Amino acid sequence: MKILQTLREAVRSINSNRTRSFLTILGIIIGVAAVIALMAAGQGAQASITDQIQSIGTNLVYVMPGNQLTNISSRRTLSLADARTLANKLRAPDIRNVSPIITANKEVSYSKESQQTTIYGVEPGFETVQNLSLAEGGFFTRAELDSRASVVVLGPMLADQILGKHEGITGMVIRVNNYPFRVIGVTKSKGGSQFNNPDTFAYIPLTSMQARVTQDLSSGRVSFILLQAEDESSVKLAIDEATLVLRESHRLNPRQSDDFSITNQEDFLSIASSITSVLTIFLSGIAGISLLVGGIGIMNIMLVSVTERTSEIGLRKALGARKLDIMLQFLSESAMLSLIGGILGILIGWGLATLIGFVAVQMGANLIPVVGWDAILLATLFSTAVGLFFGWYPAQRAANLQPVEALRYE
Amino acid sequence: MTSQSYSEPVIDVRELKKIYHIGDIEVPALRGVDIQVQRGEVVAVMGPSGSGKSTLMNLIGCLDSPSDGTYILDGLKVSDLRDDQLAEVRNKKIGFVFQKYNLLPRVSALENVELPMHYSDQNSKMHERASDALKAVGLEDRMHHKPNELSGGQQQRVAIARAIVNDPAIILADEPTGNLDTKAGKEIMDLLLGLNRDRGTTLIIVTHDPDVSSLAQRVIRLRDGLVVNEGEPK
Repeated sequence: MKILQTLREAVRSINSNRTRSFLTILGIIIGVAAVIALMAAGQGAQASITDQIQSIGTNLVYVMPGNQLTNISSRRTLSLADARTLANKLRAPDIRNVSPIITANKEVSYSKESQQTTIYGVEPGFETVQNLSLAEGGFFTRAELDSRASVVVLGPMLADQILGKHEGITGMVIRVNNYPFRVIGVTKSKGGSQFNNPDTFAYIPLTSMQARVTQDLSSGRVSFILLQAEDESSVKLAIDEATLVLRESHRLNPRQSDDFSITNQEDFLSIASSITSVLTIFLSGIAGISLLVGGIGIMNIMLVSVTERTSEIGLRKALGARKLDIMLQFLSESAMLSLIGGILGILIGWGLATLIGFVAVQMGANLIPVVGWDAILLATLFSTAVGLFFGWYPAQRAANLQPVEALRYE
Repeated sequence: MTSQSYSEPVIDVRELKKIYHIGDIEVPALRGVDIQVQRGEVVAVMGPSGSGKSTLMNLIGCLDSPSDGTYILDGLKVSDLRDDQLAEVRNKKIGFVFQKYNLLPRVSALENVELPMHYSDQNSKMHERASDALKAVGLEDRMHHKPNELSGGQQQRVAIARAIVNDPAIILADEPTGNLDTKAGKEIMDLLLGLNRDRGTTLIIVTHDPDVSSLAQRVIRLRDGLVVNEGEPK
């Protein structure tokens, strides 16, 4: 029997009982729509995270105290002295900039408005390393660092929260950890995730941080050190140099493992993308279960259809249909059913993804769902495969009917 | 059907046996039947229910395989063919006409007649051949009607058009007038006999109706799985 003819008959059969066909493929529609929407949201999230990390710069290297791999008991901290050693061009020629950073979660307030947020104690030069640009005002200078000046640069969202505006606020005096600080600048909005949004940060001189926020002038302890390699290609060299310098200054013998850890943007990027892809796969997997259930629905209806059409199958066999012809007839019907379900599911999933993107933008998250061709192809192939797989048994049953029995069937 | 010699029967059944197994019990439905039908003959098969009549028709129609014996159809030994080969024989050499017409309800008369050609390798000019067949049964003005828009007699005509569309060696009609009133039944018999006369198609008609069997050249009577009486209709 010709393929075209077979497909035409499948369409006709599906068409002749539209309500039933629609209900049959509902499971496939929901499953595919969910998979498409979740994959789109996942890819959108991944793109947005990658974007954010890359906007900071790919030649950045983070040096953190402690080592997550080996649980060492005498955990040393990183100090300003470490930062000075790393800044030595003779010992670490591939490190362009060194930026020691102290962070703390403290209250920032103005009048009655107050907000708990992350305070960054940094040195001038941090703004170039971190790629921070200012909407108004300027960053603090070396002189302000040396004099422990009470000056602060605010993220725009933080400014909104405590001042009700983020423009024309330089010169205002706010309180950081209850000490008065003068606002000297506002950063441009970068956008970001809820849990780590630079728009909500406040930046003050490292020395002022030690004096008025952490109130620790003696230890020289820093939270982490940000390094900027000469360029992207020298990131590996910079990491090697930093490791060597720090091991030396921490007096580690060759059998001791590092008491610090060094990561760069690439690592963050791969961690972030592996987390989002695991999440996406996990969620899509759950949605995929609905595809499986939909497939069972198709099998069920195809079995009913075979029983209903037993005498038709008998007639076709009497007129010369071979087993393969009957098999193909029913298989193409179930495959077409689930393919239609898949296509409808793709359209609905696409709509859902657009809706997710819309809601995300409304909520201020920077997430643009991406419905990729790979997802569409996957959904189409997978739903057709579901139809073939679950249509196989009913089709086999139809093909194996004895013509005599089938003709006699009432 | 020009090259074969007319002395050779189109159906040659020898010592045909069919035994059904119901659990451990063997139920013989046919116990050694010999039948020869000449090309162009009109034969009626009669017998009470349980006589093996249906079994014989299923075997002659290649819908089932015999337990023992030989069956040569149109020069082809079909008693030991496999399923798919039997399907091909049914498609090419046999036209079926059923008591209940067995038309596909959702499609037009024309498409019903085209159906056997979907299962044959030569399917060029399907429309022309199907409409020719419908013309031959006098339904050229009903081609695009669905079965439920046709009378019983017209539906049976469509079924006959479907039976002849692949130009078979025999037409096997199982109670072709069983669901029709006398007038429509007579028209169907006239049509079948006309096809026999004009095309030389061999007719084998299973019937209970003496009026139908009286139109045959020969009647084969079965009882308890054996041929009991073969001869001229009364």
